[in-house]
Amino acid sequence: MTVDPAAAPLEVDPLLDDPETRIIVCCGSGGVGKTTTAAALGVRAAERGRKVVVLTIDPARRLAQSMGIDSLDNTPRQVKGIEGPGELHAMMLDMKRTFDEIVEAHADQDRARAILENPFYQSLSAGFAGTQEYMAMEKLGQLRAREEWDLIVVDTPPSRSALDFLDAPKRLGSFLDGKFIRLLMAPAKMGGRAGMKFLNVGMSMMTGTLGKLLGGQFLRDVQTFVAAMDTMFGGFRTRADATYRLLQAPGTAFLVVAAPERDALREAAYFVERLAAEEMPLAGLVLNRVHGSGAARLSAERARAAAENLEEGRIVDQGHGKNGVREAASPAGSPPDSPDPGPGQLPHQETESQTPEQPSVNQLTAGLLRLHAERMQVLKREQRTRDRFTALHPEVPVAEVAALPGDVHDLAGLRAIGDRLAGGSPATGAA
Amino acid sequence: MSRLQVVSGKGGTGKTTVAAALALALATEGKRTLLVEVEGRQGIAQLFETEALPYEERKIAVAPGGGEVHALAIDAERALLDYLQMFYKLGSAGRALKKLGAIDFATTIAPGVRDVLLTGKACEAVRRRDKQGRFAYDYVVMDAPPTGRITRFLNVNDEVAGLAKIGPIYNQAQAVMRVLKSPGTAVHLVTLLEEMPVQETADGVGELRAAELPVGKVIVNMVRPHVLDEEAVNGVAGDRRKEVTKALAAAGVSAPTKLVGPLLEQAAEHAQRVELEREQRAVLAKLGLPTYELPLIGEGMDLAGLYRLAGELRNLGEAR
Repeated sequence: MTVDPAAAPLEVDPLLDDPETRIIVCCGSGGVGKTTTAAALGVRAAERGRKVVVLTIDPARRLAQSMGIDSLDNTPRQVKGIEGPGELHAMMLDMKRTFDEIVEAHADQDRARAILENPFYQSLSAGFAGTQEYMAMEKLGQLRAREEWDLIVVDTPPSRSALDFLDAPKRLGSFLDGKFIRLLMAPAKMGGRAGMKFLNVGMSMMTGTLGKLLGGQFLRDVQTFVAAMDTMFGGFRTRADATYRLLQAPGTAFLVVAAPERDALREAAYFVERLAAEEMPLAGLVLNRVHGSGAARLSAERARAAAENLEEGRIVDQGHGKNGVREAASPAGSPPDSPDPGPGQLPHQETESQTPEQPSVNQLTAGLLRLHAERMQVLKREQRTRDRFTALHPEVPVAEVAALPGDVHDLAGLRAIGDRLAGGSPATGAA
Repeated sequence: MSRLQVVSGKGGTGKTTVAAALALALATEGKRTLLVEVEGRQGIAQLFETEALPYEERKIAVAPGGGEVHALAIDAERALLDYLQMFYKLGSAGRALKKLGAIDFATTIAPGVRDVLLTGKACEAVRRRDKQGRFAYDYVVMDAPPTGRITRFLNVNDEVAGLAKIGPIYNQAQAVMRVLKSPGTAVHLVTLLEEMPVQETADGVGELRAAELPVGKVIVNMVRPHVLDEEAVNGVAGDRRKEVTKALAAAGVSAPTKLVGPLLEQAAEHAQRVELEREQRAVLAKLGLPTYELPLIGEGMDLAGLYRLAGELRNLGEAR
């Protein structure tokens, strides 16, 4: 299948080769092959000469193994087997470890230990839905600051909503150095300010309520945590802001990844709109698992009609056909616009040789045609879904990646995906 | 038959669709089901082609035989405010709390609290009775978070126990856990016959079992028909190419010599896929769980497709 003329093709190689491209962020809804795309881009960029690090969030086991990073140690490891002048490093994010490292780097030893041992911190660093997003962005900032790689490819967390990774850092940042947490700590301090009186009343009621709701110990844990983190608070907002600006910078390119399915493309459209609103630089859409056919000029309807012709023929040559029913049983027949085989042509198939263990050629051919009809139906549906996206966002360049029959397990598989991403092989393949 | 049916699955496997079809299937013949959404994605509204669901139970579909499907998009923030109102008569102070970010804190940042509120609301609907003392809903079907997060989501007890050791949230978590771990609940996992989702399903089943949460069925979604088996494909390859070309011509296909190559190629890919699917079925079989297969709706999922899937689920024995 070729790219619809309405949408410009996304040129992947120039993007990967451009030394100005320093960060590529792959985003999209769950289950669309985001992590595989990020890994394939990493392999391709490295084999084209760049020094690349791929930051994955939650890769499937075998994908991680294909890059040799099945140990989760939060450090980039060089991937062996890259063919070409560049280098590929890969790492899997350990969000708790990343959070711990921030604490250790910004607090003296005693204070750091107090924080790390705090129950609220332990839940926050391991459990809070936004922590993964925040730490992914934090890690991205760290990798960028190290200046060891000339390209960072980052995968985004499998969020509740694909947009979470843009919002969560801000949310966590504003919570950690926000008004609320300070009020929790020292409600009395706020009381003196003009206009804050009602807040003070609200405040004592609020801590009371939250205390009742969550249990007093919980609030004490939070307060201890806040006291220990006090010196670091300004830092969180600053860091969240810095990462955000990094994402807006010219060296960053966002790729929205989707599959040609309604929900995934709807999410992709949201994403495109959101990135535009946030002034984040969108490079294009990667459409994974697109089906194609080398026999696309044979429509589903014609293929089905031809299969019916053959199957009726089989009834004849096997000799137990219900003769009277045969004609009546094919109301569909051949569509008027297809060359009519004519009943006269069918009998010559009776001469086909048949052995009991092998299906007849007619049966097989009918199967091939039905298979093709099914494929064409998929193609049509995918095209329709895609057209809807293109109509909404004609400005977004698209790269289509042909579906593979199986999953990717090794560098060769990632390389093949990379070829398809770069338009090296048309989407004729795959079931 | 468990009255709370939780549907999870890897992203992209169609868990929302399966949850909706299950709610329809369970509503057939005069039953009432409630379909709840917990992730604020409005997937149910899109599926049923209605406007966005408010935080309010409303009828969204009628099932064959006069049953009704109601739907609710649970919003953690609203659930918390309702809850505070109910127990503490907060009134306008609720708004003050919201302004300060306290509600945001409790529902999004305090780990586990959000999940207690969401699962708690679903459990409340399961237990609710009308004035005559009958259950308000025969079944509650939850479109739950994906497989990777489902155990943590349902196992609210562990999450909250580490933090809130007393208080209403703690009590609420205990009550919710009693419902979730009882035979009254079944957690189904939706998968495709592909390696990654199957692997994730196997991992998910292990995690659910370790947490003593009741695993229901594996539902294999979007199963494509097996038009040709591998033997047949091997049969057509190579030496029979000419015969196939002839048969194509006889069947009325124009330019058969150009088509035979691509058609055989598609058949080879199909055979490869069938083989991969066979392997994945074997992996699923090892889980020792009842497994349902739902067909791929070739035209794309719409309301008609949803009713068809509901019919399939009924035929498979669901809701009998």
